Amino acid sequence: MAAGVRSISFDAVIVGGGGSGMRAALQLAQSGYKTAVITKVFPTRSHTVSAQGGITCAIASDDPNDDWRWHMYDTVKGSDYIGDQDAIEYMCSEGPQAVFELEHMGLPFSRTENGRIYQRPFGGQSKNFGKGGQAARTCAAADRTGHAMLHTLYQGNLRNNTVFFNEWFAVDLVKNQQGAVTGIIAICMETGETVFVESKATVLATGGAGRIYASTTNAHINTGDGVGMALRAGFPAQDMEMWQFHPTGIYGAGTLVTEGCRGEGGYLINKDGERFMERYAPNAKDLAGRDVVARSMVLEILEGRGCGENGDHVKLKLDHLGEDVLNAKLPGILELSRTFAHVDPVKEPIPVVPTCHYMMGGIPTNVHGQAITQDASGTDTIVPGLFAVGETACVSVHGANRLGGNSLLDLIVFGRAAGKFLEEHLRTAQEETPASESDFEQSMSRLNRLNNSESGEPVHLLRQELQGIMQNTFGVFRTGDNMKEGIAQLAGLRERVENVRLEDKSQTFNTSRIEALELQNLFEVAESTAIAAEIRTESRGAHARDDYRERDDENWLCHSIYFPADKRVGKRDVNFKPKTVDTFEPAVRSY
Amino acid sequence: MLVSIYRYNPETDAKPSMQEIEVEIPADKDLMVLDVLELAKQKDPTISYRRSCREGVCGSDGMNMNGTNGLACITPVSEAAGPGKKLVLRPLPGLPVVRDLVVDMSVFYKQYEKIKPFLINDNPAPAIERLQSPEDREKLDGLYECILCACCSTNCPSYWWNPEKFIGPAGLLQAYRFLADSRDTATAERLAELDDPFSVFRCRGIMNCVAVCPKGLNPTRAIGHIRSMLLAQGT
Repeated sequence: MAAGVRSISFDAVIVGGGGSGMRAALQLAQSGYKTAVITKVFPTRSHTVSAQGGITCAIASDDPNDDWRWHMYDTVKGSDYIGDQDAIEYMCSEGPQAVFELEHMGLPFSRTENGRIYQRPFGGQSKNFGKGGQAARTCAAADRTGHAMLHTLYQGNLRNNTVFFNEWFAVDLVKNQQGAVTGIIAICMETGETVFVESKATVLATGGAGRIYASTTNAHINTGDGVGMALRAGFPAQDMEMWQFHPTGIYGAGTLVTEGCRGEGGYLINKDGERFMERYAPNAKDLAGRDVVARSMVLEILEGRGCGENGDHVKLKLDHLGEDVLNAKLPGILELSRTFAHVDPVKEPIPVVPTCHYMMGGIPTNVHGQAITQDASGTDTIVPGLFAVGETACVSVHGANRLGGNSLLDLIVFGRAAGKFLEEHLRTAQEETPASESDFEQSMSRLNRLNNSESGEPVHLLRQELQGIMQNTFGVFRTGDNMKEGIAQLAGLRERVENVRLEDKSQTFNTSRIEALELQNLFEVAESTAIAAEIRTESRGAHARDDYRERDDENWLCHSIYFPADKRVGKRDVNFKPKTVDTFEPAVRSY
Repeated sequence: MLVSIYRYNPETDAKPSMQEIEVEIPADKDLMVLDVLELAKQKDPTISYRRSCREGVCGSDGMNMNGTNGLACITPVSEAAGPGKKLVLRPLPGLPVVRDLVVDMSVFYKQYEKIKPFLINDNPAPAIERLQSPEDREKLDGLYECILCACCSTNCPSYWWNPEKFIGPAGLLQAYRFLADSRDTATAERLAELDDPFSVFRCRGIMNCVAVCPKGLNPTRAIGHIRSMLLAQGT
């Protein structure tokens, strides 16, 4: 053990106190394992709180004949066929039970006249495998579903006496000589103390990394800490080129306006007041997949039909729904629009623009949350001791494009699944060899370097530069030449980010230290995104290239898998073998 | 514009002080206070504060702006300071300061935990959700939206006097959220635990909580409902 570093020990440590982390923690706390949640913000400040529209799940409230297989079909199609069908099958079929459990725990869902959970239409939803028209499958608590879910999960954990380490920041994984993860190095932010948190199972539930882009719906805290930790420890990341741009971020501010607005009957208009989605997606219109809608918006803008002085955004029209509906169904949106767009949606449309929203890629895992890597021959192997759930994981249920309402479902289904798996696993798991002195030194090296920094550039300038590169080069539309240039710029940035200056060396609640560590995580995520994006020479889902406009199933009906040691991108098979239904074969994806 | 920020680092400062920083802000934009704070931190990286969602839903950046509690991320500078005036930022009042604008919220969270902020219903759960009519669900509106930012409780004189014994507006709002939930079966025991001279009855109806709640909620009304319930059960 490294000198001067205190050590604490648990059966399982969960890094992250958002939806997936707290769902996993709840499962383990209920079964009596010594579990700790390490979270850099008080749990109810996690970004799950910002989810608005709902959680998609075939609970058969709106349509008594709804079927999870229809939801599965939509999700496979939405993923542009690189979502793993065994994982999607698991999510869609287990979903109803997981949602009912949340309701029993107290989640204040909106209700239908007969007292069941209210469901609203969302993008990419259908009945009867795409043949039965629009479905309404997204369970909602007004437009504050994420808030309601996160608070309910925190409350459930309080009831079950989960141990929380609030405002502790996870710095790096600790890995032994056999390549097993034996815990993490963490900082208690209030005191500045560095602690080794030893554990038989380390569950990364650190959420997304939307802050790699200049314009994002994501919170300041979404810095890809889990992916950064995994990559630095030498583990791979999957499908990192797949970033979702949400069609409706508020122009200028980036804050999210839920897809539920369009689900409730709102629609997008260009400067001529035309409902342009009727041209791009004649059937689903404004409720086509998010990738399709975002691209259509950018095309409208590029072709000179954007709104405003600079013609650089479009508008979301809601006023025709009437004040009563807006107050009842979308109260949070009224609030956000008035605050950030200075627009009252009851009277006028909201200026919106596609905005970075969600990381479909992440740490590859199986349905139990076990992290996966590949051996020299390209065969999948399990990383002992390491798990990942939620946005930081790539199971993959979202493939190349996530459907709205599927992220909250992902969080609770796979948080729960990892918890259930660990209940069994912890009973039988063998003790791993403890990490050695040199293993600790490895894990402490980044923090030590930062704490001793004397020269270098300040965090905020490096962060702005990084976000600029990503925004300009890896946005809604991408081209090979630009991406090569972007990769070169990132290569030049790496050393500067590693040498970032920490002026403030104090211990007590030093947020500058945390921001510097976060910047380095952002960089790891950005670099893996850039390299994977340049290599995938096709357009699929959210990855749209001007120089390769078609989907190329012959070469790219697969995951990309990025190995940090040699910055190599390999291909990994997509699962096409669901257990209880027939395979959904790749087809032309139209809405 | 001139920003005055409360500074205190227990490692280096014997006592707190106010630091004045000149921050250049674009003339045509009405920034949020949090944006100004970010600009100030670029000039002096040793300033510490909490922030996360930057859209008023996570409750991290509750602070006192020119004398009024609120969320920095959804308070425009024009509203906090007024045109041409100095922006004055202090930590939420009444809680111990950890550093700068970061306060120790343990007591606040303890009061929240005290009211058992979770649904209690020990009847066997049905195979689907528990049913609830839209009318019953509507009773939770104005209650469940609380984001635990502590703007209300730290604006309450009764809470300043008795932070250990008076639950405070935030905790009581949540107490009523569960009392009002048609699915909760623990009404009697919840009321019994609140039935003392301090937990609820230290509220003097000052309504400072209502005045500052960034979500527009009304803890005083919720407290009134709890009082009525306590009185109705005739203890």
